[in-house]
Amino acid sequence: MQPIPFDPQSFFKRFTWEHHGSTLGIVYHAHGIDWTELALPYGEHLIGDPASGVIASGPILTLLDQATSSAVWLKRGGFLPHATLDLRIDYLRAATPGRTVIGRGECYRLTRSVAFVRGTAHDGDPDDPLAHVAGTFMVTRMPAGVAA
Amino acid sequence: MILPPYATLLGIAIEPDDDGTRRLLLPFAGKVSGRPGFLHGGAIGGLLEMAAILRLRDALGDEAAVVKPVTLTVDYMRGGREKPTHAAGVVRRLGSRVANVDAIAWQDDRAEPIAAARLTFLIKR
Repeated sequence: MQPIPFDPQSFFKRFTWEHHGSTLGIVYHAHGIDWTELALPYGEHLIGDPASGVIASGPILTLLDQATSSAVWLKRGGFLPHATLDLRIDYLRAATPGRTVIGRGECYRLTRSVAFVRGTAHDGDPDDPLAHVAGTFMVTRMPAGVAA
Repeated sequence: MILPPYATLLGIAIEPDDDGTRRLLLPFAGKVSGRPGFLHGGAIGGLLEMAAILRLRDALGDEAAVVKPVTLTVDYMRGGREKPTHAAGVVRRLGSRVANVDAIAWQDDRAEPIAAARLTFLIKR
């Protein structure tokens, strides 16, 4: 039995349950064999600093968590269980109010137990990122009797 | 400190901590869930960051001061289940320009946190 194929485009289009990413407004943007880009359109519900209108950093963490998580499923070749071990975010600059934030996650190394991920977020120019992420996921083996 | 729209969206409220400081409460809801029945890691991280900012702001006691998170590291230790989550920050060092703040999030037992964070902030006052 093969693992359930993973297609980020349809996965991030329809959650059948209420989901934190959908609540924030996160949608699919692009993907490749081991990376995913998700988009977070600007919204007043995301604001962390009412004086400037700059969005909070929490939504950027969620965006990069989901983009890197998706990259792990792509790298593993299926929608398989994993758990976030740690994420480190560097906030390079504030997101520009009104602009959509694009978060890109990449799984650059996969072992039997751990997936290593990295990524960036920008709001229009990939060469002018606003955040950088590095993290690890614990990957769990397939249930007994199921071949990977 | 008045909680910003993002914290209101999550459903976060301020509650008193045992030592007289203030901490945060996040009720479980679909809007903060990831896979069904569990809190989203991003929501947990957002809660930890807000708890750190609250503790830092209370320690600063200066409404006009600007605090900017520069780095955030979150360790996820247990799955967040369908129950209320508490989060409290601890200021490790408060300098004139930089602050180091830790935060933990727990559900039933503070000694068994579901996640912990370390943050560095730039302060402008």
